[in-house]
Amino acid sequence: MTAVAENTRADAGTQTDDAPGAVASFEVTLKIRRYNPESEHGENVIWDEFTVQAHGTDRVLDALHKIKWEQDGSLTFRRSCAHGICGSDAMRINGRNRLACKTLLKDVNPDKPITVEPIKGLPVVKDLVVDMEPFFASYREIMPFLITSGNEPSRERIQSQADRDRFDDTTKCILCAACTSSCPVFWTDGQYFGPAAIVNAHRFIFDSRDEGAQQRLEILNDKEGVWRCRTTFNCTEACPRGIQVTKAIQEVKRAMITRAF
Amino acid sequence: MTTTPSAQVIPSPRDPYARRKTTRGNYELYSWVFMRASGVLLIVLIFGHLFVNLMVGEGVHRIDFAFVGGKWTSPFWQVWDLLMLWLAMFHGTNGVRTIINDYASRDLTRGILKTLLYLAFVITVALGTLVIFTFEPCPANADPALLASICFE
Ligand code: HEM
Ligand code: FES
Repeated sequence: MTAVAENTRADAGTQTDDAPGAVASFEVTLKIRRYNPESEHGENVIWDEFTVQAHGTDRVLDALHKIKWEQDGSLTFRRSCAHGICGSDAMRINGRNRLACKTLLKDVNPDKPITVEPIKGLPVVKDLVVDMEPFFASYREIMPFLITSGNEPSRERIQSQADRDRFDDTTKCILCAACTSSCPVFWTDGQYFGPAAIVNAHRFIFDSRDEGAQQRLEILNDKEGVWRCRTTFNCTEACPRGIQVTKAIQEVKRAMITRAF
Repeated sequence: MTTTPSAQVIPSPRDPYARRKTTRGNYELYSWVFMRASGVLLIVLIFGHLFVNLMVGEGVHRIDFAFVGGKWTSPFWQVWDLLMLWLAMFHGTNGVRTIINDYASRDLTRGILKTLLYLAFVITVALGTLVIFTFEPCPANADPALLASICFE
């Protein structure tokens, strides 16, 4: 599901290293969209190209590290875990939203310069760093926490395996914003709640232990809520966790319709 | 949430990105259901229309003033065409409204485009409805060769 190979070159990086067992290395060029309002370029965006030596096992994040550490320390991007869990390094790589830490260079055709841009639709702060605040504002609006009534139970809130499976897919979200910032409706004016907020509402709406489903459906039954989804599936394709995002949105729509009729 | 820009306060660059207001309600829900329901009806109406006009009998070669005039003397085809007109216009207008919302980002642009859209809707629906119900199949002094058989009964 994740990291779909653009070209499956079995020979990726066989140019050097004949030693048996050695990881082949090759040269790769990254074409990076840079923005720094405090630089000599001011508000202008520029494209910078960097060529680095990379291994066949390297990810885009490794190449970015190499550039930052060896060539241009001013290159700015976010990453924390470097293993696809924290959701910090979603970026547009060769025109598609991916996590730099989960994208192998060999899967995005290293023969040509690989373009790297910030995710779209959120204000760019510097280079590949965007302001995530509007994204998290929508996330907070859908109340991403367990809502219950009555006394606290003295033990765990028990749930059957089937009940857990109902929303298993949407528990996988790491809030990287790859889905929301791949959505053309979100690009237009940034008013749409976006797929990530709906996915995280889904995670609670279909949780048998939660009692806030009605409120969440009410919140998303908004001009800027689920009804702005045009089923383009960009979000599903972008999700680095392989969540069936569009399906989750449709399930929330269906819950609203059965509630209304 | 958003700060009101006054003379002293510099508007936050994030302002345009924050959700401006909540717009909850069932309007978009009903409009979404309507697109599907009207779509299903339109399949029947449009393909029924095309079949009767283009395939039955001599097909397309039959269509002339008399054919149209004859059809609209029947309440069945009046209702059929009226339904087709209204559903297609509501469906199409609502679809273009969606497209405007998806592609135009400034309120003013949206306002102008939607005003033009609704104007076109009103004119088309009013004219179409008028024609369906007031069509004169047997105008006086017309060449009898061009008229439907019902004019001579
Ligand atoms: C043959 C019967 C038809 C069916 C089954 C049908 C079905 C649909 C459906 C389900 C949608 C909603 C798409 C969405 O929400 O993403 C839609 C959108 C739309 N329809 Fe139709 N439709 C039909 C005929 C028409 C006609 C006759 C017109 C023009 C008068 C029209 C114009 C539109 C427009 C402009 C949209 C908006 C496009 C969009 O949302 O992507 N349709 N149609
Ligand atoms: S750095 Fe944490 S998800 Fe990529």
